[in-house]
Amino acid sequence: MSAHHYVVIVGCGQTGSRLANRLSAQGQSVVVIDRRPESFAALSLEFSGFSLEGDGTDSACLEQAKIGQADLVVAATREDAVNMMVAQLAHRVYRVPRVVARVFHPERASFCRELGLTTICPADATADAVLGLVGFGNSSCGCREDS
Amino acid sequence: MKILVAGGGKPLYFLCRRFLAKGCRVTVVNRDADECGRLSRQLRAIVVHGDGTDPVKLEEAGVREADVVLAITPHDPDNLVICQLAARCFSVPHVIAVVNDPDNETAFQKLGVNAFATTRIIAGLIEQRAAFQEITSLIPLGEGRVIVTDILLQADMPAANRSLRELELPPDALVACLVRQGQAVIPRGGTQLLPDDRVMLISLPENHGPALRAITGERKGQART
Repeated sequence: MSAHHYVVIVGCGQTGSRLANRLSAQGQSVVVIDRRPESFAALSLEFSGFSLEGDGTDSACLEQAKIGQADLVVAATREDAVNMMVAQLAHRVYRVPRVVARVFHPERASFCRELGLTTICPADATADAVLGLVGFGNSSCGCREDS
Repeated sequence: MKILVAGGGKPLYFLCRRFLAKGCRVTVVNRDADECGRLSRQLRAIVVHGDGTDPVKLEEAGVREADVVLAITPHDPDNLVICQLAARCFSVPHVIAVVNDPDNETAFQKLGVNAFATTRIIAGLIEQRAAFQEITSLIPLGEGRVIVTDILLQADMPAANRSLRELELPPDALVACLVRQGQAVIPRGGTQLLPDDRVMLISLPENHGPALRAITGERKGQART
Protein backbone atom coordinates (compact mmCIF):
# COMPACT_ATOMS: atom_id res chain seq x y z
CA MET A 1 0.00 0.00 0.00
CA SER A 2 2.04 2.91 -1.26
CA ALA A 3 -0.76 5.36 -2.10
CA HIS A 4 -2.85 7.05 0.56
CA HIS A 5 -5.49 4.83 2.12
CA TYR A 6 -8.20 5.04 4.72
CA VAL A 7 -8.04 2.14 7.17
CA VAL A 8 -10.46 1.15 9.93
CA ILE A 9 -9.12 -1.25 12.57
CA VAL A 10 -11.52 -2.86 15.03
CA GLY A 11 -9.80 -4.01 18.21
CA CYS A 12 -6.84 -2.19 19.72
CA GLY A 13 -5.06 -5.14 21.30
CA GLN A 14 -1.49 -6.13 20.48
CA THR A 15 -2.22 -6.81 16.82
CA GLY A 16 -4.61 -3.93 16.25
CA SER A 17 -2.42 -1.34 17.95
CA ARG A 18 0.79 -2.46 16.20
CA LEU A 19 -0.96 -2.40 12.86
CA ALA A 20 -2.41 1.04 13.60
CA ASN A 21 0.99 2.41 14.62
CA ARG A 22 2.71 1.04 11.53
CA LEU A 23 0.05 2.18 9.08
CA SER A 24 0.01 5.63 10.66
CA ALA A 25 3.83 5.80 10.41
CA GLN A 26 3.45 5.04 6.69
CA GLY A 27 1.22 8.06 6.39
CA GLN A 28 -2.12 6.24 6.05
CA SER A 29 -5.30 7.58 7.65
CA VAL A 30 -6.27 5.22 10.45
CA VAL A 31 -9.27 4.94 12.76
CA VAL A 32 -9.06 2.41 15.60
CA ILE A 33 -12.23 1.22 17.35
CA ASP A 34 -12.24 -0.50 20.73
CA ARG A 35 -14.81 -0.94 23.48
CA ARG A 36 -12.18 -0.33 26.17
CA PRO A 37 -10.75 3.21 26.04
CA GLU A 38 -7.72 2.11 28.12
CA SER A 39 -6.60 -0.05 25.19
CA PHE A 40 -5.72 3.11 23.23
CA ALA A 41 -2.71 3.54 25.53
CA ALA A 42 -0.97 1.04 23.23
CA LEU A 43 -1.03 3.55 20.38
CA SER A 44 2.34 5.27 19.88
CA LEU A 45 2.95 8.96 20.48
CA GLU A 46 3.48 9.34 16.74
CA PHE A 47 0.09 7.78 15.94
CA SER A 48 -1.76 10.50 14.04
CA GLY A 49 -5.07 8.71 13.42
CA PHE A 50 -8.27 8.66 15.43
CA SER A 51 -9.37 6.37 18.22
CA LEU A 52 -13.06 5.69 18.69
CA GLU A 53 -14.56 4.10 21.79
CA GLY A 54 -17.36 1.78 20.74
CA ASP A 55 -18.56 -1.64 19.67
CA GLY A 56 -17.42 -2.59 16.17
CA THR A 57 -20.46 -4.82 15.63
CA ASP A 58 -22.71 -1.79 16.08
CA SER A 59 -23.53 -0.26 12.70
CA ALA A 60 -23.84 3.22 14.24
CA CYS A 61 -20.26 2.94 15.50
CA LEU A 62 -18.97 1.69 12.15
CA GLU A 63 -20.74 4.53 10.37
CA GLN A 64 -19.26 7.02 12.82
CA ALA A 65 -15.86 5.66 11.75
CA LYS A 66 -16.91 6.33 8.12
CA ILE A 67 -16.53 2.68 7.23
CA GLY A 68 -18.23 3.31 3.89
CA GLN A 69 -15.17 5.28 2.78
CA ALA A 70 -12.59 2.76 4.01
CA ASP A 71 -10.18 1.08 1.61
CA LEU A 72 -9.32 -1.54 4.22
CA VAL A 73 -11.00 -2.86 7.35
CA VAL A 74 -9.15 -5.14 9.76
CA ALA A 75 -11.12 -7.02 12.43
CA ALA A 76 -8.68 -7.91 15.20
CA THR A 77 -10.58 -8.06 18.48
CA ARG A 78 -9.91 -10.94 20.82
CA GLU A 79 -13.23 -12.58 19.94
CA ASP A 80 -13.59 -14.61 16.75
CA ALA A 81 -17.34 -14.10 16.47
CA VAL A 82 -16.97 -10.33 16.76
CA ASN A 83 -14.29 -10.31 14.07
CA MET A 84 -16.45 -12.46 11.81
CA MET A 85 -19.45 -10.18 12.23
CA VAL A 86 -17.42 -6.99 11.71
CA ALA A 87 -15.73 -8.42 8.63
CA GLN A 88 -19.04 -9.54 7.12
CA LEU A 89 -20.67 -6.17 7.76
CA ALA A 90 -17.69 -4.41 6.18
CA HIS A 91 -17.57 -6.76 3.22
CA ARG A 92 -21.24 -7.33 2.45
CA VAL A 93 -23.10 -4.32 3.84
CA TYR A 94 -20.56 -1.51 3.44
CA ARG A 95 -18.80 -2.99 0.39
CA VAL A 96 -15.31 -2.22 1.67
CA PRO A 97 -12.87 -3.34 -1.07
CA ARG A 98 -10.43 -5.10 1.29
CA VAL A 99 -11.40 -6.74 4.55
CA VAL A 100 -9.24 -8.93 6.77
CA ALA A 101 -10.50 -10.93 9.76
CA ARG A 102 -8.27 -12.42 12.42
CA VAL A 103 -9.84 -15.70 13.59
CA PHE A 104 -8.06 -17.80 16.22
CA HIS A 105 -9.95 -21.08 15.90
CA PRO A 106 -8.71 -22.92 12.78
CA GLU A 107 -12.08 -24.57 12.02
CA ARG A 108 -13.88 -21.27 12.31
CA ALA A 109 -11.19 -19.68 10.18
CA SER A 110 -11.77 -22.12 7.35
CA PHE A 111 -15.52 -21.48 7.59
CA CYS A 112 -14.74 -17.78 7.38
CA ARG A 113 -12.91 -18.36 4.11
CA GLU A 114 -15.97 -20.23 2.82
CA LEU A 115 -17.93 -17.07 3.57
CA GLY A 116 -15.55 -15.29 1.21
CA LEU A 117 -13.59 -13.40 3.85
CA THR A 118 -9.85 -12.95 3.83
CA THR A 119 -8.90 -14.61 7.07
CA ILE A 120 -5.74 -14.87 9.13
CA CYS A 121 -5.58 -17.72 11.60
CA PRO A 122 -2.59 -17.21 13.95
CA ALA A 123 -2.22 -20.95 14.64
CA ASP A 124 -2.15 -21.81 10.93
CA ALA A 125 0.10 -18.84 10.17
CA THR A 126 2.58 -19.90 12.86
CA ALA A 127 2.52 -23.52 11.72
CA ASP A 128 3.12 -22.38 8.13
CA ALA A 129 5.99 -20.16 9.25
CA VAL A 130 7.62 -22.96 11.25
CA LEU A 131 7.29 -25.42 8.39
CA GLY A 132 8.63 -22.82 5.97
CA LEU A 133 11.56 -22.07 8.29
CA VAL A 134 12.64 -25.69 8.52
CA GLY A 135 12.07 -26.28 4.84
CA PHE A 136 9.01 -28.57 5.15
CA GLY A 137 6.56 -25.97 4.04
CA ASN A 138 4.22 -26.87 1.23
CA SER A 139 0.57 -26.18 1.93
CA SER A 140 -0.02 -22.70 3.22
CA CYS A 141 -3.32 -21.90 4.85
CA GLY A 142 -2.48 -19.32 7.52
CA CYS A 143 -3.57 -16.38 5.47
CA ARG A 144 -4.96 -17.89 2.34
CA GLU A 145 -7.20 -15.59 0.42
CA ASP A 146 -10.42 -16.66 -1.22
CA SER A 147 -12.07 -14.58 -3.83
CA MET B 1 -38.75 -32.46 15.45
CA LYS B 2 -35.24 -31.92 16.71
CA ILE B 3 -34.24 -28.50 18.01
CA LEU B 4 -30.76 -27.40 18.97
CA VAL B 5 -30.69 -24.35 21.21
CA ALA B 6 -27.46 -22.47 21.92
CA GLY B 7 -27.43 -20.10 24.84
CA GLY B 8 -28.50 -19.93 28.45
CA GLY B 9 -30.45 -18.09 31.08
CA LYS B 10 -34.12 -18.19 31.97
CA PRO B 11 -35.41 -17.63 28.41
CA LEU B 12 -33.55 -20.73 27.23
CA TYR B 13 -34.85 -22.80 30.12
CA PHE B 14 -38.49 -21.85 29.60
CA LEU B 15 -38.29 -22.14 25.82
CA CYS B 16 -36.80 -25.64 26.11
CA ARG B 17 -39.47 -26.66 28.59
CA ARG B 18 -42.08 -25.59 26.08
CA PHE B 19 -40.42 -27.37 23.17
CA LEU B 20 -40.15 -30.55 25.24
CA ALA B 21 -43.81 -30.30 26.26
CA LYS B 22 -44.70 -30.18 22.58
CA GLY B 23 -42.80 -33.40 22.03
CA CYS B 24 -39.65 -31.99 20.41
CA ARG B 25 -36.24 -33.49 21.00
CA VAL B 26 -34.05 -30.77 22.42
CA THR B 27 -30.28 -30.36 22.62
CA VAL B 28 -28.81 -27.44 24.52
CA VAL B 29 -25.30 -26.08 23.92
CA ASN B 30 -24.05 -23.89 26.74
CA ARG B 31 -20.64 -22.49 27.64
CA ASP B 32 -21.05 -22.56 31.39
CA ALA B 33 -20.31 -25.89 33.14
CA ASP B 34 -22.45 -25.10 36.22
CA GLU B 35 -25.43 -24.04 34.14
CA CYS B 36 -25.06 -27.18 32.02
CA GLY B 37 -25.25 -29.29 35.18
CA ARG B 38 -28.37 -27.46 36.32
CA LEU B 39 -30.06 -27.67 32.92
CA SER B 40 -29.38 -31.37 32.57
CA ARG B 41 -31.10 -31.98 35.92
CA GLN B 42 -34.06 -29.71 35.14
CA LEU B 43 -34.75 -30.63 31.50
CA ARG B 44 -35.24 -33.89 29.65
CA ALA B 45 -32.81 -32.62 27.06
CA ILE B 46 -29.31 -33.46 25.91
CA VAL B 47 -27.02 -30.79 27.34
CA VAL B 48 -23.64 -30.24 25.71
CA HIS B 49 -21.04 -28.14 27.46
CA GLY B 50 -19.16 -26.01 24.98
CA ASP B 51 -18.98 -23.02 22.71
CA GLY B 52 -21.68 -23.05 20.04
CA THR B 53 -19.52 -20.99 17.71
CA ASP B 54 -17.08 -23.91 17.55
CA PRO B 55 -18.03 -26.07 14.55
CA VAL B 56 -16.50 -29.16 16.16
CA LYS B 57 -18.67 -28.69 19.25
CA LEU B 58 -21.79 -28.12 17.13
CA GLU B 59 -21.16 -31.33 15.26
CA GLU B 60 -20.63 -33.21 18.54
CA ALA B 61 -24.00 -31.87 19.68
CA GLY B 62 -25.62 -33.48 16.63
CA VAL B 63 -26.33 -30.34 14.65
CA ARG B 64 -26.48 -32.35 11.43
CA GLU B 65 -29.72 -34.02 12.54
CA ALA B 66 -31.34 -30.83 13.80
CA ASP B 67 -34.43 -29.46 12.04
CA VAL B 68 -34.10 -26.13 13.79
CA VAL B 69 -31.19 -24.26 15.35
CA LEU B 70 -32.02 -21.41 17.69
CA ALA B 71 -29.24 -19.09 18.88
CA ILE B 72 -30.19 -17.10 21.99
CA THR B 73 -26.89 -16.27 23.65
CA PRO B 74 -26.53 -12.79 25.17
CA HIS B 75 -23.83 -12.07 22.61
CA ASP B 76 -25.14 -11.16 19.14
CA PRO B 77 -21.94 -11.94 17.16
CA ASP B 78 -22.00 -15.46 18.65
CA ASN B 79 -25.63 -15.84 17.57
CA LEU B 80 -24.69 -14.81 14.03
CA VAL B 81 -21.81 -17.28 13.77
CA ILE B 82 -23.83 -20.15 15.31
CA CYS B 83 -26.63 -19.63 12.78
CA GLN B 84 -24.28 -19.26 9.81
CA LEU B 85 -22.37 -22.41 10.74
CA ALA B 86 -25.60 -24.37 11.20
CA ALA B 87 -27.06 -23.24 7.89
CA ARG B 88 -23.98 -23.28 5.69
CA CYS B 89 -21.74 -26.00 7.13
CA PHE B 90 -24.38 -28.37 8.47
CA SER B 91 -27.35 -27.66 6.15
CA VAL B 92 -29.83 -27.15 8.98
CA PRO B 93 -33.14 -26.21 7.30
CA HIS B 94 -34.28 -23.57 9.81
CA VAL B 95 -31.95 -21.30 11.75
CA ILE B 96 -33.15 -18.45 13.92
CA ALA B 97 -31.19 -15.90 15.92
CA VAL B 98 -32.71 -13.99 18.80
CA VAL B 99 -30.78 -10.75 18.87
CA ASN B 100 -30.27 -8.55 21.89
CA ASP B 101 -29.74 -5.31 19.98
CA PRO B 102 -32.90 -4.61 17.89
CA ASP B 103 -30.75 -2.93 15.21
CA ASN B 104 -29.12 -6.29 14.58
CA GLU B 105 -32.39 -7.63 13.13
CA THR B 106 -31.68 -5.84 9.86
CA ALA B 107 -27.92 -6.38 10.05
CA PHE B 108 -28.42 -10.15 10.41
CA GLN B 109 -31.04 -10.14 7.66
CA LYS B 110 -28.49 -8.57 5.32
CA LEU B 111 -26.03 -11.31 6.22
CA GLY B 112 -28.63 -13.96 5.42
CA VAL B 113 -29.71 -14.93 8.94
CA ASN B 114 -33.31 -14.78 10.18
CA ALA B 115 -33.34 -12.75 13.36
CA PHE B 116 -35.76 -11.12 15.71
CA ALA B 117 -35.39 -9.02 18.82
CA THR B 118 -37.62 -9.75 21.78
CA THR B 119 -37.23 -6.17 22.97
CA ARG B 120 -38.81 -4.88 19.77
CA ILE B 121 -41.74 -7.26 20.04
CA ILE B 122 -42.34 -6.40 23.69
CA ALA B 123 -42.02 -2.67 23.04
CA GLY B 124 -44.53 -2.98 20.18
CA LEU B 125 -46.98 -4.86 22.38
CA ILE B 126 -46.75 -2.30 25.15
CA GLU B 127 -47.17 0.66 22.82
CA GLN B 128 -50.20 -0.83 21.17
CA ARG B 129 -51.82 -1.96 24.40
CA ALA B 130 -51.27 1.39 25.99
CA ALA B 131 -52.84 3.15 23.01
CA PHE B 132 -56.08 1.14 22.83
CA GLN B 133 -57.99 0.12 25.90
CA GLU B 134 -60.47 -1.97 23.98
CA ILE B 135 -57.74 -4.18 22.62
CA THR B 136 -57.44 -7.10 24.93
CA SER B 137 -54.82 -9.21 23.28
CA LEU B 138 -52.16 -8.89 20.69
CA ILE B 139 -50.25 -11.84 19.42
CA PRO B 140 -47.22 -11.41 17.20
CA LEU B 141 -46.83 -14.40 14.89
CA GLY B 142 -44.17 -15.34 12.39
CA GLU B 143 -41.36 -13.62 14.27
CA GLY B 144 -43.48 -10.53 14.77
CA ARG B 145 -44.24 -10.10 11.07
CA VAL B 146 -47.95 -10.79 11.53
CA ILE B 147 -50.07 -9.28 14.29
CA VAL B 148 -53.34 -10.70 15.54
CA THR B 149 -55.44 -8.16 17.41
CA ASP B 150 -58.61 -8.72 19.36
CA ILE B 151 -60.82 -5.61 19.48
CA LEU B 152 -63.99 -5.21 21.48
CA LEU B 153 -66.15 -3.09 19.21
CA GLN B 154 -67.71 0.01 20.80
CA ALA B 155 -70.85 1.70 19.49
CA ASP B 156 -68.92 4.93 18.77
CA MET B 157 -66.27 3.25 16.65
CA PRO B 158 -66.50 3.83 12.89
CA ALA B 159 -66.74 0.10 12.15
CA ALA B 160 -69.82 -0.39 14.33
CA ASN B 161 -73.04 -1.09 12.42
CA ARG B 162 -71.24 -1.26 9.11
CA SER B 163 -70.67 -4.22 6.87
CA LEU B 164 -67.20 -5.56 6.36
CA ARG B 165 -67.37 -4.48 2.72
CA GLU B 166 -67.83 -0.86 3.78
CA LEU B 167 -64.74 -0.83 5.98
CA GLU B 168 -61.81 0.91 4.41
CA LEU B 169 -59.14 -1.50 5.53
CA PRO B 170 -55.63 -0.97 4.18
CA PRO B 171 -54.06 -3.76 2.11
CA ASP B 172 -52.54 -6.64 4.06
CA ALA B 173 -55.18 -6.45 6.78
CA LEU B 174 -58.07 -8.84 7.31
CA VAL B 175 -60.97 -9.24 9.73
CA ALA B 176 -60.66 -13.00 10.14
CA CYS B 177 -63.25 -13.79 12.76
CA LEU B 178 -65.97 -12.26 14.94
CA VAL B 179 -67.12 -13.47 18.29
CA ARG B 180 -70.74 -12.41 18.83
CA GLN B 181 -72.52 -13.44 22.04
CA GLY B 182 -70.12 -16.31 22.52
CA GLN B 183 -70.48 -17.59 18.94
CA ALA B 184 -67.60 -17.49 16.48
CA VAL B 185 -68.56 -16.13 13.07
CA ILE B 186 -66.33 -16.17 10.00
CA PRO B 187 -67.44 -12.94 8.36
CA ARG B 188 -68.11 -12.34 4.69
CA GLY B 189 -68.26 -9.00 2.90
CA GLY B 190 -71.91 -8.48 3.79
CA THR B 191 -71.54 -9.33 7.48
CA GLN B 192 -72.49 -6.39 9.73
CA LEU B 193 -70.16 -5.51 12.58
CA LEU B 194 -72.16 -4.81 15.73
CA PRO B 195 -71.27 -3.15 19.02
CA ASP B 196 -69.89 -5.65 21.57
CA ASP B 197 -68.56 -7.90 18.78
CA ARG B 198 -65.04 -9.09 19.36
CA VAL B 199 -63.18 -8.50 16.12
CA MET B 200 -60.07 -10.54 15.29
CA LEU B 201 -57.90 -8.45 13.05
CA ILE B 202 -54.89 -9.92 11.26
CA SER B 203 -52.43 -7.40 9.89
CA LEU B 204 -48.83 -6.80 8.95
CA PRO B 205 -47.00 -4.51 11.38
CA GLU B 206 -46.66 -1.74 8.78
CA ASN B 207 -50.44 -1.61 8.30
CA HIS B 208 -51.36 -2.32 11.87
CA GLY B 209 -51.93 1.33 12.80
CA PRO B 210 -54.09 2.23 9.76
CA ALA B 211 -56.06 -1.02 10.07
CA LEU B 212 -56.79 -0.36 13.73
CA ARG B 213 -57.83 3.20 12.94
CA ALA B 214 -60.24 1.97 10.26
CA ILE B 215 -62.02 -0.03 12.95
CA THR B 216 -61.61 2.01 16.13
CA GLY B 217 -61.28 5.54 14.77
CA GLU B 218 -58.76 8.01 16.15
CA ARG B 219 -56.31 6.95 18.79
CA LYS B 220 -57.36 7.57 22.36
CA GLY B 221 -56.07 10.82 23.73
CA GLN B 222 -56.14 12.49 20.35
CA ALA B 223 -58.74 15.10 19.57
CA ARG B 224 -61.58 13.77 17.45
CA THR B 225 -62.43 16.30 14.83
